[in-house]
Amino acid sequence: MSIFSRRAKSIEEQTEGDIFNKETEGLTQGQIVRKRFIRHRGAMVSLIVLVSLILFVFSTLGFKIFGFGFNGWWKYKIIDIPALRTDGCSVALPGCPTLDIIPGKNFGFGDHPFGQDDLGRDYFALVMRGAERSIEVTVVIGMVAGVIGTVVGSIAGFYRGWVDAILMRINDFIITIPTIIVASVIGFHFGNKGVLFLAVFVGFFIWGGLSRLVRGEFLTLREREFVDAARVAGASNRRIIFKHILPNAIGIIVVSVTLLMSGAILLEAALSYLGFGVVAPDVSLGLLISQYQDSFTTRPWLFWYPGLIIIIIALCINFIGDGLRDAFDPRQRRRISHKDRAAERNPTAKKK
Amino acid sequence: MLAYIGRRLGAMIVILFGSSFLLYNLAAYSGDPTEGLRTSTDPKAHQQLLSLIRTLHLNVPPPARFFIWFKGIIGGFTGNFDLGMTRDANPVSTYITNAIPVTIRLVLLSTILAILFGIGFGIVSALRQYSRFDYALTFFAFLLYSLPIFWVAVLLKAYLAISFNNFLLNGSIAPLWIISASAISGFFWAAVISGTRQRVLAIFGIAGSATAIFLELLSLNKWFTHPGLGPIMMLALGLGFALGVTYLSTGLGNKAALRSSLTVIVLGFILYFPVEYLLKKYGSLSTLFEMLLVTIAIAWAVGFGYAKIDRRPVIRTSILTSLFAALLFVIDKLMKSWVPYVNTDAVHQRPIPTIGQANDLLPSGNFWFTFLDTVLHLVLPTVALLLISMAGYIRYSRGTMLEVLNQDYIRTARAKGLSERTVIMRHAFRNTLIPITTIIVVDFAGVLGGAIITERVFGWRGMGTQFNNALNNQDLNLLMAVQLVTSSMVILANLVADLLYSALDPRIRVVGKK
Repeated sequence: MSIFSRRAKSIEEQTEGDIFNKETEGLTQGQIVRKRFIRHRGAMVSLIVLVSLILFVFSTLGFKIFGFGFNGWWKYKIIDIPALRTDGCSVALPGCPTLDIIPGKNFGFGDHPFGQDDLGRDYFALVMRGAERSIEVTVVIGMVAGVIGTVVGSIAGFYRGWVDAILMRINDFIITIPTIIVASVIGFHFGNKGVLFLAVFVGFFIWGGLSRLVRGEFLTLREREFVDAARVAGASNRRIIFKHILPNAIGIIVVSVTLLMSGAILLEAALSYLGFGVVAPDVSLGLLISQYQDSFTTRPWLFWYPGLIIIIIALCINFIGDGLRDAFDPRQRRRISHKDRAAERNPTAKKK
Repeated sequence: MLAYIGRRLGAMIVILFGSSFLLYNLAAYSGDPTEGLRTSTDPKAHQQLLSLIRTLHLNVPPPARFFIWFKGIIGGFTGNFDLGMTRDANPVSTYITNAIPVTIRLVLLSTILAILFGIGFGIVSALRQYSRFDYALTFFAFLLYSLPIFWVAVLLKAYLAISFNNFLLNGSIAPLWIISASAISGFFWAAVISGTRQRVLAIFGIAGSATAIFLELLSLNKWFTHPGLGPIMMLALGLGFALGVTYLSTGLGNKAALRSSLTVIVLGFILYFPVEYLLKKYGSLSTLFEMLLVTIAIAWAVGFGYAKIDRRPVIRTSILTSLFAALLFVIDKLMKSWVPYVNTDAVHQRPIPTIGQANDLLPSGNFWFTFLDTVLHLVLPTVALLLISMAGYIRYSRGTMLEVLNQDYIRTARAKGLSERTVIMRHAFRNTLIPITTIIVVDFAGVLGGAIITERVFGWRGMGTQFNNALNNQDLNLLMAVQLVTSSMVILANLVADLLYSALDPRIRVVGKK
């Protein structure tokens, strides 16, 4: 590249392009995405926090699936009713939390880190069970809606014609009923059949936005040269969809499913709050807030902890979604720092 | 164009038919409205059961019953619109027509404020990309995005309503609050204006101490218990706004715009006592609306008179200024009603309510009392909705602005030697607004659906409450009416968004036929 062409363009931009290209040289798509994701500080921190939170939550009470499982490390179950703690609490309000994050005499979890409710049940156990439920519901809704949305969007976008017309009309029907309305109707009637049933059913009704995005992506991708090349080479439709188009659309799918899940956890909380979601004796974070919102002035801990857990989970998912979007976006360019510019202007300095 | 709208409206009926059919059967098959009466041992129960079956056509299976219901909707074209009957044999339409205005009132103000603040913050954040302000705002937006509204509502009730009411009993601010408020204001303005280190420190100092002095003065004068603006304060605020809006809209170099907006404010100042008298004597919504029209007309005339060439930006500036002046008059009048309002028996020194849409005990007949009451009942829901819906606008307008700033025409504008203000406000900002418009319209429809939770939390009696009642009482027709209204809003909003997009962006045209 001659010095003149560099002068002719904006120097700034030229340098940025060079740095950018040098970074991605010789890397596969997956490697580039991973590299960009790791560089997104907020997303990485969120991922670590979320994974540790999930491990923490699910190991607290333990679980059993098909006779296989383990007991949690926490001493209380949600059905235990220990005596209300009185020492260290004000007389009128027994059962106050023992969690102390300031190093000192009482540092640590204590007997009831999140306090006790009015009956004496350990609130830490309740919140952990609620968090388990919320995470399960979120994941199931995300998976169901993700699979349906992707399949419908891919088929509609790939085959077009009458298949597309029919699928997109069904999509319109689903998208025009506000989510909270259809979810409330489902939750009201099926909430007692168990939380997973509810989640699957809600998942059936909130894939509308995702399938539109996927369809749009497929409509563009199917006209590209590499698809023509594959078809000329004799590839079947199935092979074209799974081997050629889907890998190129995976970014948009992953990002929207992530954002859909952050919406799903708030949706579950809202439904349980309205009384149309998880119902007692099962526990969920939204249900806990709804049950104890009136005790905010007297026993604030009953209100704070479930809300904080919801916020942490939703916040982490949102940040991860943002990081993924940046990572998958080919136009995305990292901020070029002064250090990078200096290194570019003086390449020898970097080599030594 | 008309053909396009007609076709879209036709498609709307088909979609409404489909989505209603889906929800109708889902709801009808999963609950039995007669269950309570069937198991009842009351001797009258059998009679009631028969009449219930008759009014709701329960002897017809749901898929067929849906068509009876849908016939009533289609009847809208021939003038006999029928939404069916509720369980207690009242027409659904009366419930719904009472509920719709309540819900609209609940969400309208917060949506407008969320748009203003969201776009404002988003654009400043984009202009300061990768600064600390940008990172802080991004985090803040994500945090707001992750908040459950019913959780925020409890916090707001405790801190914004109950604690603030307690504070109003005395009305003097503790020094700690003044210090923290000034520090926050200093950080905020330093981050927004930014610049070299020296300049940032200077801005921090000026903004912080100005806030501290201002709050201290308010506190000493018992302003919080006896609020009011008065002509002098209004003149100062108005002149400040006039300068600001002229700077943003045309630049201070445009003498005609500057003079006309300042004239509008001075005119308002001169007319303070007559307008005040009019507001007091003829307080009603229609008078307010008429006075608003007169204000706009005067502002238009002032702008027209000052500008000899290129009149549009000048008139726009003076009209914007006059709207602010009108708002100041209304706020001043509301503040004058504050002390008598707070001391009525119905309010009893607790002005910010935690629940409800109006104070029923308030003596009726005084327009400004009712107005103030409505505004105060709106405070908590508006703040809660504002916080949550603002997040989306911040993120979206930031992204759009960044995209626009990368366009070639921005570079061209800069290369022509236009000032940075002109580049941002005339070239970048306007193009940013195009995609945001469509989001706003669609989002508003979504907020209407979300009102189900908001109304429950704040005890309003709008569409959301009707929906909750309908679901709990197995009242299918009422439930379908709520669904019909919200779904129509969603579809209409999409249509409006498409039309607006094509009106704003000449590159996109709607097609009459394919």
